[in-house]
Amino acid sequence: MKAYRIQIMVCTGTGCVSNHAFDIRDALEKEIAKRNLQNETEIVNTGCNGFCGAGPLIVVQPEGIFYQLLKVTDIPHLVEEHFLKGRPVKKLMYTPPKEKTPIPKMSEIPFFADQTLIALRNRGMIDPENIDDYIARGGYKALAKALTSMTPNEIINEIKSSGLRGRGGGGFPTGVKWETCKHAHGDTKYVICNADEGDPGAFMDRSIIEGDPHSVIEGMIIGAYAIENVHQGYIYVRMQYPLAIQRFEIALRQANEYGLLGKNIFDKGFDFDIEIRRGAGAFVCGESTALMASIEGKVGEPRAKYVHTVEKGLWNQPTCLNNVETWANVPQIIIRGAKWFSSIGTGDVSVDAWGGSKGTKVFSLAGKVNNTGLVEVPMGISLRDIIYKIGGGIPRNKKFKAVQTGGPSGGFIPESLLDLPVDYEELSKVGSMMGSGGMLVTDEENCMVDLAKYFLSFTQDESCGKCIPCREGTKRMLDILERITMGEGKEEDLLYLEELSNMVVESSLCALGGSAPNPVLTTLKYFRDEYEIHVKEKKCPAGVCKPLINYVIDENVCIQVGHGCDICRKQCPDNAIMGEIKKSHYIDTKKCGKCGICYDVCKFNAIHIE
Amino acid sequence: MAKLKIEDLDKIAEEAKRKMNLREGSGKIKITVHMGTCGISAGARNIMTTFLNEIDSNKLQDVIVTTTGCAGLCSHEPMITVELVGQAPVKYIDLNEKKVKKIFSDHVLKGKLVQEYAYAIGSERIL
Repeated sequence: MKAYRIQIMVCTGTGCVSNHAFDIRDALEKEIAKRNLQNETEIVNTGCNGFCGAGPLIVVQPEGIFYQLLKVTDIPHLVEEHFLKGRPVKKLMYTPPKEKTPIPKMSEIPFFADQTLIALRNRGMIDPENIDDYIARGGYKALAKALTSMTPNEIINEIKSSGLRGRGGGGFPTGVKWETCKHAHGDTKYVICNADEGDPGAFMDRSIIEGDPHSVIEGMIIGAYAIENVHQGYIYVRMQYPLAIQRFEIALRQANEYGLLGKNIFDKGFDFDIEIRRGAGAFVCGESTALMASIEGKVGEPRAKYVHTVEKGLWNQPTCLNNVETWANVPQIIIRGAKWFSSIGTGDVSVDAWGGSKGTKVFSLAGKVNNTGLVEVPMGISLRDIIYKIGGGIPRNKKFKAVQTGGPSGGFIPESLLDLPVDYEELSKVGSMMGSGGMLVTDEENCMVDLAKYFLSFTQDESCGKCIPCREGTKRMLDILERITMGEGKEEDLLYLEELSNMVVESSLCALGGSAPNPVLTTLKYFRDEYEIHVKEKKCPAGVCKPLINYVIDENVCIQVGHGCDICRKQCPDNAIMGEIKKSHYIDTKKCGKCGICYDVCKFNAIHIE
Repeated sequence: MAKLKIEDLDKIAEEAKRKMNLREGSGKIKITVHMGTCGISAGARNIMTTFLNEIDSNKLQDVIVTTTGCAGLCSHEPMITVELVGQAPVKYIDLNEKKVKKIFSDHVLKGKLVQEYAYAIGSERIL
């Protein structure tokens, strides 16, 4: 293997790829060849680096210098200055909001420095399409350890005492699930990886697969060996994740070639194989029974779980289904031990498997936050630390309003509860949930009624329709929310909403309906005043619900500061603005379509929302 | 590709160690070639490639070579800093290929300082 002096880690996760990361890579290759540096520099395509908001990005090793928001035109200068002359380029580095000095090293940027990596430990460090990179970072050592020096029972006990719980949202203790499946009656059993990540704004699982597919595969092999009588595993991944599917395919092929999958793994007499099953992207297929129905080729609908899938799952055989992130944690627990894993997090799991939240959790941090991206944090960290320390706070000095955890069916948590530790039980107590790890930050410009409507319209749309409470209940709830945002709400609507929500939660067949009203219930609980203003005063305090707002020009500002610049009138698509240059302007509210263009184009802040 | 045995995992890891050390910024020995305009015009590129070739032919895994800008001593370029883990960095000045080979065989391979080419031990204080 050649000796290089520079390695350029180019992030080729989906986020950066859609921002033309491959163009950046090609430009780097071209420029490096032009400068005759190709024998000293290696370009490595990595999975998602996590700081998606800064993409396209590269990290230059060995110094670990982080370059962000790259354009093809930046590359010649970068190659000349840094790679040829050894002078890192400051203007392409990250500068924290409100500060002037850039931070050259990735490890010193707060977004990275405050994270703890277990599931994402290889992110940005390996080429996900090269199994040797994974092995070089200690990959498949856990499998070797499990197969040579541990009995299946010992593995299950290790997972149990680690306190690992389902990362897909349910939070069911993983070791207990494995044990139940092991004891279930059946000669043929299955393990499944749930990669049907359907939450809008969530990309944890996709990034793990794209960045480190072998960690998931290794976890599955260990699980299959521990549960016993398992010789076939399935990865259920949605069609909308083409890059994740491609990386899984490559990883499975390489693992097969190395004999890490297939017959007689490591000559220990254990046979196991994994196949990919593509889902069509229905949200409900992330639910265990619907997912298994879909793998069987049936319509992806859930069933009542009087008999759990660990007893009778896929093709009526005992089946152990875990989420991508859960599987990715397994090899590290086997290598580093349950004690190490359970030293991170909250509570005590030594007596009660539900007694705490251990290890780390990956969140996709999105919405009104400076550092959008993927973060892995220890359980028990406060929401405030995630949003302000790692996330870098709210952009444009706006005021924080609420954070939604757990994806479209998670609840909104207000400012007063921001010091809440991130923990399965604590989040449930305040009406939200851990969920799979979506984390959406909202600010004063977001209307809570409108957001509740948005998320309910998603879950309503994705409701499979099998049970009436979810199919009809969410529809009627949505009707009420639409009425309220149109300015036609009545005071008793709020009571109906609550009653309907509780009915849907209590009587739905699966967790889709069981959690869909969470956004409505929590916004009603913490932001009831906003609903009341919508209903009683027919106003939207955040200025979002179009039928409840009017754009108004302050004539004094318009003429005295802006000298009647006339730009708003020219831009208005509805010809609703009256006036002429150097005279004050006003808006005819009858004609106004409330598109907000005038508000955006006015440089003098003469237009406000009433 | 042949089926892996358990001991093959370590072999693969060992072979990739040089690459991984560079990536992790670790390694027992770090050689920094000063490549400001002064260094480059004095032949720093040749110094650097000599190091890379020596590492390659000696199959060393835990040495990383990196570059930095001008060290402020332009009249004595090309210069390098050799840093062994846990020891003070040593600056060598006025280098040529022959000197580099000696530094490589003595300091890098055997950990023995090459007194006659060394300029300073330790580094500046940053206030």
